[in-house]
Amino acid sequence: MILDGKAPTGPIEKSWDKHRFDMKLVNPSNKRKFKILVVGTGLAGGAGAASLGELGYNVEAFCYQDSARRAHSIAAQGGINAAKNYPNDGDSIYRLFYDTIKGGDFRAREADVWRLAQVSNNIIDQCVAQGVPFARDYAGYLDNRSFGGAQVSRTFYARGQTGQQLLLGAYSALSRQVKAGTVKLHQRTEMVDLVVVDGVAKGITVRNLITGKIESHWGDAVILATGGYVNVFYLSTNAMGCSVTAAWKAAQKGAYFANPCYTQIHPTCIPQHGDKQSKLTLMSESLRNDGRCWVPKKAADCENLAGDITEDDRDYYLERKYPSFGNLAPRDIASRAAKEQCDDERGVGPGKRGVYLDFADSINRLGEETIRGRYGNLFEMYEKITDENAYQQPMRIYPAPHYSMGGLWVDYNCMSNIPGLFVLGEANFSVHGANRLGASALMQGLADGYFVIPYTIAGYLAGITPGTVKDDHAEFKRSVEEVEGQTNKLLNINGKKTVSELHRELGKVMWEDVGMARSDASLNNAIKRIPEIREEFWNNVNVTGEAGELNQQLENAGRLADFLEFAEVFAKDALHREESCGGHFRTEHQTDDGEAMRDDENFAYAAAWEFKGAGNEPELHKEPLKFENVKLAVRSYK
Amino acid sequence: MNLTLHVWRQKGPEAKGELETYQAKNVSEDQSFLEMLDDVNEDLIKAGKDPIAFDHDCREGICGMCSQVINGKPHGGQERTTVCQLHMRSFNDGDEIFIEPWRAKAFPIHKDLIVDRNALEVIMQAGGFTSCHTGGVADGNALLIPKPVADYAMDAAECIGCGACVASCPNSSAMLFTSAKVAQLAVLPQGKGEAKARVKNMTETMLSEGFGNCTNHYECQEACPKGINVKFIATLNREYIKSFC
Repeated sequence: MILDGKAPTGPIEKSWDKHRFDMKLVNPSNKRKFKILVVGTGLAGGAGAASLGELGYNVEAFCYQDSARRAHSIAAQGGINAAKNYPNDGDSIYRLFYDTIKGGDFRAREADVWRLAQVSNNIIDQCVAQGVPFARDYAGYLDNRSFGGAQVSRTFYARGQTGQQLLLGAYSALSRQVKAGTVKLHQRTEMVDLVVVDGVAKGITVRNLITGKIESHWGDAVILATGGYVNVFYLSTNAMGCSVTAAWKAAQKGAYFANPCYTQIHPTCIPQHGDKQSKLTLMSESLRNDGRCWVPKKAADCENLAGDITEDDRDYYLERKYPSFGNLAPRDIASRAAKEQCDDERGVGPGKRGVYLDFADSINRLGEETIRGRYGNLFEMYEKITDENAYQQPMRIYPAPHYSMGGLWVDYNCMSNIPGLFVLGEANFSVHGANRLGASALMQGLADGYFVIPYTIAGYLAGITPGTVKDDHAEFKRSVEEVEGQTNKLLNINGKKTVSELHRELGKVMWEDVGMARSDASLNNAIKRIPEIREEFWNNVNVTGEAGELNQQLENAGRLADFLEFAEVFAKDALHREESCGGHFRTEHQTDDGEAMRDDENFAYAAAWEFKGAGNEPELHKEPLKFENVKLAVRSYK
Repeated sequence: MNLTLHVWRQKGPEAKGELETYQAKNVSEDQSFLEMLDDVNEDLIKAGKDPIAFDHDCREGICGMCSQVINGKPHGGQERTTVCQLHMRSFNDGDEIFIEPWRAKAFPIHKDLIVDRNALEVIMQAGGFTSCHTGGVADGNALLIPKPVADYAMDAAECIGCGACVASCPNSSAMLFTSAKVAQLAVLPQGKGEAKARVKNMTETMLSEGFGNCTNHYECQEACPKGINVKFIATLNREYIKSFC
C-alpha cells in the first residue's frame, strides 16, 4: 500500500499556518467532554498532557516511573536548537529546516521538518516563561553554543542538564494542571495493551506496578509519547525501563512501524568496562565544541600513555577527514569514523575499543576554569565512572546506541494509521529521517507536545462524538484477559535463564549484526538468531514472584518479550534497505572512502511495516518522500 | 572482591521487615553499586528466591529514582553522588554493607528498598510552577536575567527530587527540596508575581504531608547528590516571612 502522509500542499513557508487554519476546532465548552489518554510523561507527553489539560480537555496521563519528572528526557545533556538567530550568525527557519533535512540524510518528510523549525522559537520563549534557567550572559541575554551538523550557534542550554531543566519545566506545567483537576496522573503504571474498537483507538490496558492489578482505561483518543527502543541492544544510553512495549502493543494491533533500522549510535559515550555492565553513559556532544578526537597514528602506540604520544604521532581523524566541520561532524559520521579507527587496530583503552577526546588545547587556550564552567558536571560524571581525571588526561569515548529515529508511522497530524492513535516525540518516526542532529530531540519532543498536538488532535476530535465507547465494551474485557493470560504464561515457564541473560543475548546479536555496520550476511544471521532467542525465552525463562505484587522481573520479562518480536522486524527493515543512509550503514553500499551511499531512485521512501504476528513476514507499506524545497544531494561535511 | 550485604527486606507496606544477609561474590571494582546488586539478584533468582526490589532507572545520576541508605548514609555518603553513580572501587574486599530504604513518615515502604515518594509530588502541585499558558508568552530575551541570577536559579533547579534530604534529616524535613523550587522561581522575573502564594502553599503542604520542619542540622546538604546548598532554606524562610507582609 502507498501511504499518504497528508502533508499540506502549497508553499512550505505557509504550510503549517494554512493547515492550522484549515483544521476544525473543538468548542471550548465541548472540550471537557473528550477524554484523552497520554502515555509517557517526558518532554512530548508531559508538554502535551499539560497543554491539552490547560485547553480544557479531560486528560489522564500515565508513566511507569514514580514521578512524571523522571522520564528519560531528563538525561539529555547538551541543549535544544532554535532558529532565533540571536548570535546574528546567519540562522533562519529555513536554515534549521535545511540542516535537519540534510542531517537526516534526506529521509524525512519536508513539511513536518519545516513545522518543527518554525515552532522552535516558540519553545524557547515557553520554557523561559516557565522559569527554565537557561545559560545567560552577564547582561542577561540568552547564550548559545554549537552542535554537530550546523555551522551556526543555535543551541540553548542549561549547563550540562538541559533535558532535566526542560522536563522540569513541562513537569511544572503538568503539576499545575494536576492541581487544577484537568489532568489525572497515574504513576508507576505501565501500558501493556492498546484497545482498538472497530479499527479505532479507544483506550489502553495498564498494569499497576505496585499492586500488579491489570486494568483498562477508555479515551476518545490515545497519545503515545513513550520514547525510543534502543534498549533492544541491551547496552545503551537509555534508562533501564525504556522499552518498545507501548509502541509494540500498538503495532500488534495494526499500527505501522516505520524505519526501525534508523537508530542513532552516539559517538561520545564512555566505553564499556566489562561483561557485567548494565548500561552505557553518554558524554554530551557539546564536548566536541572544545574537545578534539584522536587516536595514535601507529598501532604500536596504542598501549602508551596519551601524554607520551607526540603531536606528530596523533591522528586527529575527524579534522583530517572532514576539515570544514571537523570535530563537529554529525553523529552518524563521527561514530563510524571512531569505529573505523578501532577496526584499524588504533583504538585505545581496554579491548582497544575507544578513541581519545582531548581537551588539552582548549585548556591551554581558555584555562581549566572556563572548561570547568562549561562542562564541569560531565567531567565529574566521567571521573565517577572511570576513575580518571579528564582535565589531566584525555577522555576515552566510544559509540553507543542512543536514540531511535524510527518509530510508529504517523501522518502530518501525528496520527498513526489507526484513527485516534497519536504518537509524539521519539516514539514516532517523523522528523529526523535517518539520523538526528544533536539538540534536536528536545526540540521535537516539546514541539510535538506544546505546539503540534493541541492543534492536530482537535481536527480529529471535532469529527467524532465523545464517550461513545467506554470501558464496559467487550474489547476492554478481552484485552485485560489477554494481558493476564500472558502474565500467567510468563510466570509458569520456570526455566533456567534469567530475563537479563536472555536480554544480553539479544543485545549481542543486535549490536554485532544490526549495529553500526550491517551486511547482507550479518542481517541474515540476526534474522536466524532472533527467533531462536525468542523461542528459548518462551520455553526457558525464569520469572520469579507473583502477578499480583510489585514484581520487577515480570516487568522486565514483558518488555523483553516485545523486544524479541520487534527486533526481527528491525533486522528485516535493515536487510530490505539496500542503501546506506544516516545511521543505517550497509557495508555493501559505500563509496571508495567509506562514506554512506544513498540510493534515492529506489529508497526515497519511509518503510512502514505492518506486523503480522511473530514468525510471519511483516508487510511493507511505502510512503514516498517528495523533496520540493531542498535539492537531494550527497551529504558532505568535508 | 567479596562482600557481605545486610539488606532490608519487606514484602509490603503492612508487612514486618527485617535485614537479611547475602554474599556478593567476585565483585569488580569497575561495577556500579546497582550492578553489584543486579548480580546478587541474578543469584537469588537462580536459587529460586525473590530478588531484592529497588528503584532505579537512568543509572546516570539524573532521574532521581534510586534511593538507598547505605551504611547509614543516603546514597552512600559520597560527595555529590547518587547510588547509581557509586562505584565498587570505594569498597574493600570483606566489607560488610548495610542497605536500607529511605526512612520517613511521609515515605511509606512499598516493598524492600522501594518507597512511595508521592508526598513530594503534592508539594510541587501546590505551587512549584509559574502560571503561564502554552503559547502567548514574551520573547525569551524580553526580560533580561543577568548571569549571576540565572546561575543562582540553576544552582537551585539542579535538584533531582530523590528525597535524600528527607532521608538524612532527623526531622524528616523536605525543606531543602521545597526551598530549591521556591528559591529558583522567586529569583526569576517570571516567577516573582506568584512568589507569595507559592511559598505559602508549598511550605504548608510540606507540613501537612507529614514532613518535619528544619532545625538547621544541614544533614540534607551533606546527603544531596546534587550539592543543593542550605542557603536556599534561608531564602525560603525569608520568602515565607515576606509572604505575610
